[in-house]
Amino acid sequence: MNQLPVFIRKEFHHILRDPWTMMMLLALPILMLVLFGFAITTEVKNAHIAIYDPSNDAATRAIGARFGTSEYFKVVAELRTPEEIDGIFRFGDVSMVVVFGDGFYENLVRTGDAQVLLIADGTDPNTASTLVNYASAIVSSYQQELSPLGELPYRIHSEVRLLYNPRMKGAYNFVPGVMGMVLMLICAMMTSISIAREKEKGTMEILLVSPMKPIVIILAKTIPYFVLSVVNLATILIMSVFVLEVPIAGSLPALVTVSLVFIFASLALGLLISSAVQTQVVALLISGMALMMPVILLSGMMFPVENMPRPLQWFSRVLPASWYIVAVRKIMIKGLGLASILKELSVLAGMALALIVVSLKRFRIRLE
Amino acid sequence: MLRFLVEKEFKQMLRNAFLPRLIVMFPLIGLLVFPLAADFEIKGIRLVAVDNDHSSYSRRLVDKVVSSGWFSLARVEGAYDDAIRLVELGTADVILELPPHFERDLIREKTAGVMISADTVNGTKGGLGSAYLSGIVSDFASEIRGELIAGTPKPVVPAFTIIPRFRYNPHLKYPISMVPALMVMVLSMLAGFLPALNIVAEKESGTIEQMNVTPVRKFDFILSKLIPYWVAGFISLSICFVVARVFYGMIPAGNLATIYLFASVFVLAMSGFGLVISNYALSIQQAMFMMFFFVMTFILMSGLYTPIAGMPAWAQMMSNFSPLKYFIRVMRLVYLKGSGFSELASSFAALGGFAVFFNVWAVISYRKSA
Repeated sequence: MNQLPVFIRKEFHHILRDPWTMMMLLALPILMLVLFGFAITTEVKNAHIAIYDPSNDAATRAIGARFGTSEYFKVVAELRTPEEIDGIFRFGDVSMVVVFGDGFYENLVRTGDAQVLLIADGTDPNTASTLVNYASAIVSSYQQELSPLGELPYRIHSEVRLLYNPRMKGAYNFVPGVMGMVLMLICAMMTSISIAREKEKGTMEILLVSPMKPIVIILAKTIPYFVLSVVNLATILIMSVFVLEVPIAGSLPALVTVSLVFIFASLALGLLISSAVQTQVVALLISGMALMMPVILLSGMMFPVENMPRPLQWFSRVLPASWYIVAVRKIMIKGLGLASILKELSVLAGMALALIVVSLKRFRIRLE
Repeated sequence: MLRFLVEKEFKQMLRNAFLPRLIVMFPLIGLLVFPLAADFEIKGIRLVAVDNDHSSYSRRLVDKVVSSGWFSLARVEGAYDDAIRLVELGTADVILELPPHFERDLIREKTAGVMISADTVNGTKGGLGSAYLSGIVSDFASEIRGELIAGTPKPVVPAFTIIPRFRYNPHLKYPISMVPALMVMVLSMLAGFLPALNIVAEKESGTIEQMNVTPVRKFDFILSKLIPYWVAGFISLSICFVVARVFYGMIPAGNLATIYLFASVFVLAMSGFGLVISNYALSIQQAMFMMFFFVMTFILMSGLYTPIAGMPAWAQMMSNFSPLKYFIRVMRLVYLKGSGFSELASSFAALGGFAVFFNVWAVISYRKSA
């Protein structure tokens, strides 16, 4: 039984012989965290807007000035005719146009039916509705200042508590997602290619005629990548705590446990893929490209799973990453203990076991 | 010469049964499934109401919240501790807690308080949920005010109406915005990954040596690699159009020819980039990981999921180097707004620049002698 260590050493040689690939594997999580932590945000800031103001009186100028000083907006154009509105949208530079009615100030004080039209570019729904909310708040704040009334009776005061993420940082939502995505894709790609390569190069035959059991071959293939993934996991956790300032609120041992089970499941997925294909190209296209879209879109990393239609929610349950992301959110962000993730943990363990068993069954000791 | 090389490439592409299937199935499944998932819209926020008052006002407030349509009532719980448990488990998003004597305080003291606790791990959902809830609570307060001080004349205040309009997508449906952008994602993955694995696969199998000893010019060689992916890109894009038409009822507002024109340049740029990677990579594995690294960055920086305007300045600078950014812009503009070529000239120049740059680089970096 001293075959296993030797064989593991061989696999490590394979990895270390190609420093470029290894560097990329280790740099990928760092890149993702930097992008998600600092560059990518669903917040809306400095949105370009245009103003069409046929009245040009005290009120509209005052409101316009408020738009100018707001951090959410940047007034980039003053339109002269309503026809220009269409044109400016079609250049795609402006995401909202504020249109004041005719004789705005007159209507405002006399009849009380002055109008502000907020035309937002609906091609980006999230931004559009956020912009309209911000703009309405700015316009209403002006209206409130004009109002002579003091405090009204019968008020209900809402005390709002923002749980877990009081500063509303996007990173709290993204870090668990990035962990799920990066670990799953890297693990699946690495193992799937390592067996496919042996098949393509013909070295698989040598392994197969040796007296090693399939389970030894498979274990030896996974252990080095398991080590590499643990390094990635450590990088991600250290970066998220010290660089992105997302603390690990719950128990670290619980987080590490569920992560190790997840890594194992992802490696096993890679094994299954590699046992089904003959060439490296196909192995990589399946594990990298074809898995990438569902993992980004369906795992709950970016888009909430509960918003999806039923069949997609079921499909999302099939992805190990979905379970993992839920578990990480519970431990890392909400600060719960191991007891709260027993379900996720057992599902992941079950998936890992099933994947290993199936790929062992499919592992042929003979080449066609 | 070129004709035979192209013929060879097509044969190689079709010989592996997986590739043709990928070229057809990837756009088909991608566009059928993913627009349904890519939905940031906040709906059905799950609410737990903790009513410690059990008065007619407190019940009215809870009913009002539920009937607003923003919330689905997960449960009316007895105690706050039970409610927070549901939030921890992820089965509820927002807690509305009404204190004991809510009704009495409101009538006697003319002021009362409620407590809203929102799960903000997903900041957008938690933030919007608590904002909607506070809005409904203050609506409820003015409703009560109206009933209790009925009869007094309304004072005239300066007022105006704010009318929001959403151009091009009046109901803010996510698929409408996502379909054109996901077409770009599908296209860039096919046109990027496949060429990236091509030359390096010849390197690994050793057939590149045979190519190197022939008098084939570098330019012809690269061109013969490009053309099949170009054709594949057109097929995939056309499948995307059909899916968008049949399943989402979306017809481009602008000219289809404009889209094809931009797509042809975009596919050239992405394939050129893939070939550059393929030239430098020593193994298929390296090529794939390099491509993966760049494609992820391109996609995330392109404004597909998150608006570019919200990024910090350095990231906005970086996003200029993502070819996807320009093509996604073009697709959304042409598909949804009907922009014409003249409005898109700058994007065309940028994409053309990428195409020329990457392909010249691909020709130069291909070395016939090792």
